[in-house]
Amino acid sequence: MAWDWQFFCNSTITTEATASCFGKGGDITYLQWMLSAWGWTVSVAALALVIALLSGVAIGVLRTLASRWKLVAMMWVELFRNIPLLVQVFIWYHVVPAFIPALQALSSFLLASIALGLFTSARIAEQVRSGIQALPRGQSQAASALGLSLVQSYRYVILPQSLRIILPALTSEVMNVVKNSSVAFAVSVTELTLFAMQAQEETARGMEIYLAVTMLYVITALTLNRIMAWIESMTQLPGVIGVKA
Amino acid sequence: MTFDFTFFSGSLLQTYVLHGFLFSLQLTVLATCGGIVLGTVLALMRLSQRALFHWPATVYVNGMRSIPLVMVLLWFFLLMPFLLGRSIGAEVSAVITFIAFEAAFFCEIIRSGIQSIPKGQTSAAIALGLSQQQTLRWIVLPQALRNMTPILLTQVIILFQDTSLVYAIGAYDMLKGFEIAGKNSGRPVEAYLAAALIYFLICFSLSQLVRHLQQRTSFTK
Amino acid sequence: MAYPVALILEEKAVRVVINQYFFNQGCKIMKALPLCMRTIALAGICLISGITQADTLQKITESGAITLGYRESSIPFSYLAEPGKPSGFGVDIANKIVEAVRKKTGKKDIKVVFQAVTSQNRLPLVANGTVDLECGSTTNNATRAKEVSFAVNYFFAESRLLVKKSAQIKRLGDLSNKTVATTTGTTSFTQLRKLSLEKNLNLSVVPAKDHADGFLLLESGRAQAFMMDDVLLAGLVMNAKNPAEYEIVGEPLQTEAYACVLRKDDAAFKVLVDETLIGLMKSGEFEKLYKKWFESAIPPNGKNLALPMSQRLKENLKSPSDQPAS
Repeated sequence: MAWDWQFFCNSTITTEATASCFGKGGDITYLQWMLSAWGWTVSVAALALVIALLSGVAIGVLRTLASRWKLVAMMWVELFRNIPLLVQVFIWYHVVPAFIPALQALSSFLLASIALGLFTSARIAEQVRSGIQALPRGQSQAASALGLSLVQSYRYVILPQSLRIILPALTSEVMNVVKNSSVAFAVSVTELTLFAMQAQEETARGMEIYLAVTMLYVITALTLNRIMAWIESMTQLPGVIGVKA
Repeated sequence: MTFDFTFFSGSLLQTYVLHGFLFSLQLTVLATCGGIVLGTVLALMRLSQRALFHWPATVYVNGMRSIPLVMVLLWFFLLMPFLLGRSIGAEVSAVITFIAFEAAFFCEIIRSGIQSIPKGQTSAAIALGLSQQQTLRWIVLPQALRNMTPILLTQVIILFQDTSLVYAIGAYDMLKGFEIAGKNSGRPVEAYLAAALIYFLICFSLSQLVRHLQQRTSFTK
Repeated sequence: MAYPVALILEEKAVRVVINQYFFNQGCKIMKALPLCMRTIALAGICLISGITQADTLQKITESGAITLGYRESSIPFSYLAEPGKPSGFGVDIANKIVEAVRKKTGKKDIKVVFQAVTSQNRLPLVANGTVDLECGSTTNNATRAKEVSFAVNYFFAESRLLVKKSAQIKRLGDLSNKTVATTTGTTSFTQLRKLSLEKNLNLSVVPAKDHADGFLLLESGRAQAFMMDDVLLAGLVMNAKNPAEYEIVGEPLQTEAYACVLRKDDAAFKVLVDETLIGLMKSGEFEKLYKKWFESAIPPNGKNLALPMSQRLKENLKSPSDQPAS
């Protein structure tokens, strides 16, 4: 069995080599297909991350409030944590549109991102909660002593500190989102895993394709890791929070 | 939208789902045992001073943690027949993959467990004349594993959820059982709902168990 | 004895070639790989290139088992009526081949192991040795014949479109700018992309994991049409909740021949499989099997496809061939 990287320059339609490695007109090569699949992976991950961060921080904050919202937040976290991600993706794709017909118009990309985002939001909520609870109670007491309302104390005192504390955990969550985006293959989003399975069947060059796709995942994960490390260094408060990695 | 809840009848579940449930359970148990053993070895390798042990373990753990589980499943499924020289089914391939994959995660947990043991313990062991192997075997590892039990169990719950991903290589697990039941009876919506419900019940009760365990052990500390 | 020596020499040669190719060509990916990963990759090459040619009969005799690949929803060729028990036209043919293997090797106790395959992994699994034989709905064509071998054809199908009657779609041209579903790993997927480009239809092609999933996409309205081989479409409609809602339309886009898949360069096994199939065709067994699966009630719902044997298949019975249909 020999390595053959040349097929990346083959057209996906005529399976013949093209001069440059990029096709013309509507005809695309396997290399282009892989890059577009990479784009989809990153898009799913990015959208899911936005949804996860917004809802995760909100739910995490709710869990620390002493009110009946605490119960709602707890149920949210337990629900999304205890169902496997693949099952959640299927639910959002097949079941929820049956209940809410308006959602049938949404593309599989959006539904998969929502599923991934909400799954991750439960985990982020837990981390935000532990970050808030790691702060000394003196902080919230001082905030109310200064006359800040609940919303203001969270916005200006508690959240900035707790988010800095949990940045390392958030980094691993971000990398998990990229890995979990591979689950979108089950609902026909043409991301890297689906590309790997389809192209392997078409070209019979499994090793090369898997290797290339794995490399892309590793590169994406490492880049995000570096970006998060940069964010960490940008947001550190010397002497107070944030240790230089 | 009408729902046909006769779907939840025993015979349908029994025919399709039970078979898959047993496989998921089996996979979880085997992956846990194998993963903890391999994970302990990897953790010790990572903590060792010798580069020969340290670097391969670090590369392995970091590699496994940065690749999606689906890709690892696909890799092993493709490569296994070549490496073993004979063909194996999707189920066996899944077991081997999960042991190898989860070992990386268990390694990190066990490593942090070992590092959380106060230095005084190892010093006392040396003072008592125990060798390094004996210290590890009798003093450090038992304490580390006991401390890390809640986190290890949480990882087991995550493992159980991840077994649904063997879908990618066609192994017959609980999710696949529900799916086939749904498609053969023309009721995929009810099938997926039932799958979500069953998974939720199992994982929720396990996580409550873990929380209970955590409260008990933290009380005795 | 020369085997390990050959391996080592081969490894050295491969290493030189890889270094030359990648570093002279400036392949950035390979350069970026740390040394340890390159070593792992090379070790992988060694192991793989060291595997000798396939000899399925010998493998079966040694291991005492034959692995048959089956599909989960390729009605009526190979599908799961109950868990662990694949049934279908192709499965029956495969079982007859297993009997022939038992007779040929003289071992009566050869076990049958079933392995689920999807349209995405069936060929790689046969090629890498996980599956010994797959008789489902795999199309015999020249591209695939480079990777695996095909036995004598046992069915001819045509790719057509499945649509909802209410959509008033009659041919491929009506689907301009619409969404069409098809199953990943099938010839229909490649063909659809080609047709969309040639005829400027700007189709949005949605890949489904398997045939039942593609049908679900059509049923839920996510796709306006599902392109697949007509017999598979008929099987899916038959088991649907409201079969009257659907119809199969469109001019036949391509004729496909189905055949059993086995490993390449395995002459002994191919001869056995071909002989078994030709024997079935000549003795009338094949027609009986065809009637059982295509013209009578079949599991799981006891419906009847009512699909008489096509002219092309009848001709094939008289002069069996293992060549692609077109």
